[in-house]
Amino acid sequence: MEVEARPESMNTNTVMCLLTDPEGTPLGSSMYIPQTAGPLQLQELVNKLLKNEEKLPYAFYIEDKELMAQLETYLEKNKVSVEKTLRIIYQPQAIFRIRPVNRCSSTIAGHTEAVLTVAFSPDGRNLASGSGDTTVRLWDLNTQTPLFTCTGHKNWVLSIAWSPDGKHLISGSKAGELLCWDPQTGMQSGNPLTGHKKWITGISWEPVHLKSPCRRFVSSSKDGDARIWDVLLKKCVICLTGHTLAVTCVKWGGDGLIYTSSQDCTIKVWESSQGKLIRELKGHGHWVNSLALSTEYVLRTGAFDHTGKQFSSPEEMKQAALERYNKMRGNAPERLVSGSDDFTMFLWEPNVSKHPKARLTGHQQLVNHVYFSPDGQWIASASFDKSVKLWNGTTGKFVAAFRGHVGPVYQISWSADSRLLLSGSKDSTLKVWDVHKQKLKQDLPGHADEVFAVDWSPDGDKVASGGRDRDLKLWMN
Amino acid sequence: MPQGDHIELHQKRHGYRLDHFERKRKREAREVHKRSAMAKKALGIKGKMFAKKRYAEKALMKKTIAMHEESSTRRKVDDEVHEGAVPAYLLDRESTTRAKVLSNTIKQKRKEKAGKWEVPLPKVRPVAEDEMFRVIRTGKRKIRKRNIPGIGFPGQKLANAHFCAKQWKRMVTKATFVGPSFTRKPPKYERFIRPSGLRFTKAHVTHPELKCTFNLEIIGVKKNPNGTMYTSLGVMTKGTIIEVNVSELGLVTPAGKVVWGKYAQVTNNPENDGCINAVLLV
Repeated sequence: MEVEARPESMNTNTVMCLLTDPEGTPLGSSMYIPQTAGPLQLQELVNKLLKNEEKLPYAFYIEDKELMAQLETYLEKNKVSVEKTLRIIYQPQAIFRIRPVNRCSSTIAGHTEAVLTVAFSPDGRNLASGSGDTTVRLWDLNTQTPLFTCTGHKNWVLSIAWSPDGKHLISGSKAGELLCWDPQTGMQSGNPLTGHKKWITGISWEPVHLKSPCRRFVSSSKDGDARIWDVLLKKCVICLTGHTLAVTCVKWGGDGLIYTSSQDCTIKVWESSQGKLIRELKGHGHWVNSLALSTEYVLRTGAFDHTGKQFSSPEEMKQAALERYNKMRGNAPERLVSGSDDFTMFLWEPNVSKHPKARLTGHQQLVNHVYFSPDGQWIASASFDKSVKLWNGTTGKFVAAFRGHVGPVYQISWSADSRLLLSGSKDSTLKVWDVHKQKLKQDLPGHADEVFAVDWSPDGDKVASGGRDRDLKLWMN
Repeated sequence: MPQGDHIELHQKRHGYRLDHFERKRKREAREVHKRSAMAKKALGIKGKMFAKKRYAEKALMKKTIAMHEESSTRRKVDDEVHEGAVPAYLLDRESTTRAKVLSNTIKQKRKEKAGKWEVPLPKVRPVAEDEMFRVIRTGKRKIRKRNIPGIGFPGQKLANAHFCAKQWKRMVTKATFVGPSFTRKPPKYERFIRPSGLRFTKAHVTHPELKCTFNLEIIGVKKNPNGTMYTSLGVMTKGTIIEVNVSELGLVTPAGKVVWGKYAQVTNNPENDGCINAVLLV
């Protein structure tokens, strides 16, 4: 390659380039590449250099800008000196493509109060929703009708979480009790798990690659505690106390650490086997609202990927999940991003240091929800300033702002291929954003009132949303 | 005016009189009797003022007692399921703006039910032209004519009438809305005068479902039931449909656009009250 492309030997102009991966590790040494080369040629080159057996798609970035045309045009436009080495970052893209949803396939009434939370099961075959009418409902996605109504809670159902193997469903209510449901029958399994004194703010399961079948999960509550529970023993195993104010969000990381964010402006990192406090991440000036992990999507979906493969035994599942997790994480440490009421976000690497890696500023109102893209390349943040902002997932640099909503944006969700982003807002609409073009892809009006919860199914062909108008809507393409 | 704290100084130096506290207690004990005597005796405005003051005192006392009692009594834990469920991320947020924001759902249902011009005040009293307008006499050349019947106010003394020639100017006697872009014509050509004292730019608009009232800017007069001429003049009488700027209410259409203009119907007689009250048409 290098020999062929010498400037003397050919008439075309060349430029010295260095291909690096998102972490900055160079791929081979720097080389001369003809200026007429575009993303397609670079893609072939990278595939060859990495010795990929099947060709993978890649996107190329120069100084955080995606390379869309030939190198030549980029050089001309930005007046880059040809004498310096040009650093080109290559990022692998999902080999499958998810089509954007563009129509409402059904509006299912059933809940008699606002729908507060919706969640697809990890394999994308089941859907559950929690509502202000104190019920959890399971929906049949094939016929798009109600399947089971699970009554048992004493107050609003605020959060629900599927176990990564899809065998259990946990719901937490405003009264502070947690209930465990069997998704196959819709029956409550065992007694309520009581212990929290105030409402539940978040639930997170232990990753399936650490323990299979799934047994433990962690819940956070307004009373300032987080508790680790065992579904089989039906009791609280460990109580994580330390926060002085309400815990707002909890995540169980892929390395067995538990992260909790709180209104006392701190994020605490706990060790999950004995519940010891490992780290305290300080930096925010106001409530911390939301946490997201770079590996979160893999942890949520466990062993299930876009191929829709089913697993017969827990061990097999664990193996597959571990494989997926390692592939996703690479050799970089797990990254954590936190969104706060002080209008900023912090990017942390809790395994490495207790100091933030980057501070992400730009929002003009509180940040309500943050979410890493499934491939960990992007961070999306939803804010009450009516915008959704996109940030680089490794460096934390600002990439783009998606404006279009006319009310505060409540929740966001990524498509499994990281190419599309969905946002639900107080202005009663959902919007689908194209990450590459950084534009609005699809506007989805239809809800009669505020949209409280959105979720994009892991298999990619459905979106569920619920809100104040009590309807659950399914969107498809 | 007292000059210096002589009494306090004396008390500091020499202490209190021996019977000071006894006298003070007695005076205080007598106070209630004195007051009841006063309450019996006071007549007229004094009595009213006294009663009002005493009522306020008692109400305050009762409130404080209730507050003290509340802190000591045991109550049942509030575990009822409330309406208006919100997700966990909104539970700690202030809900003050809640009243302002509309439930779109109710709005839509109403829209389906209602016809286009079903308004809160279906019938209005017709306003005659001579009530709406007052004739302004202009011109300095006199004419020698008698009283002309049917011109001017009923019962108005036409003393002036002999001295002014022209009678084609009219002054609107009702409240009006004059847009910000309005420029006067030269007085010679100005047929209708809208007095600036009766011009309004804001209206108190009540939202019928939320039962709360907002002071909103008027955008225009959409329909005056007394005639199109009044509509074009911007006259606001009872029953007139006006358009108001509702952008600060934060209403959103089902498609997610902000609504900024909405119709409202005037419910009072603005010319009598000095303000405009209206109900929003939803």
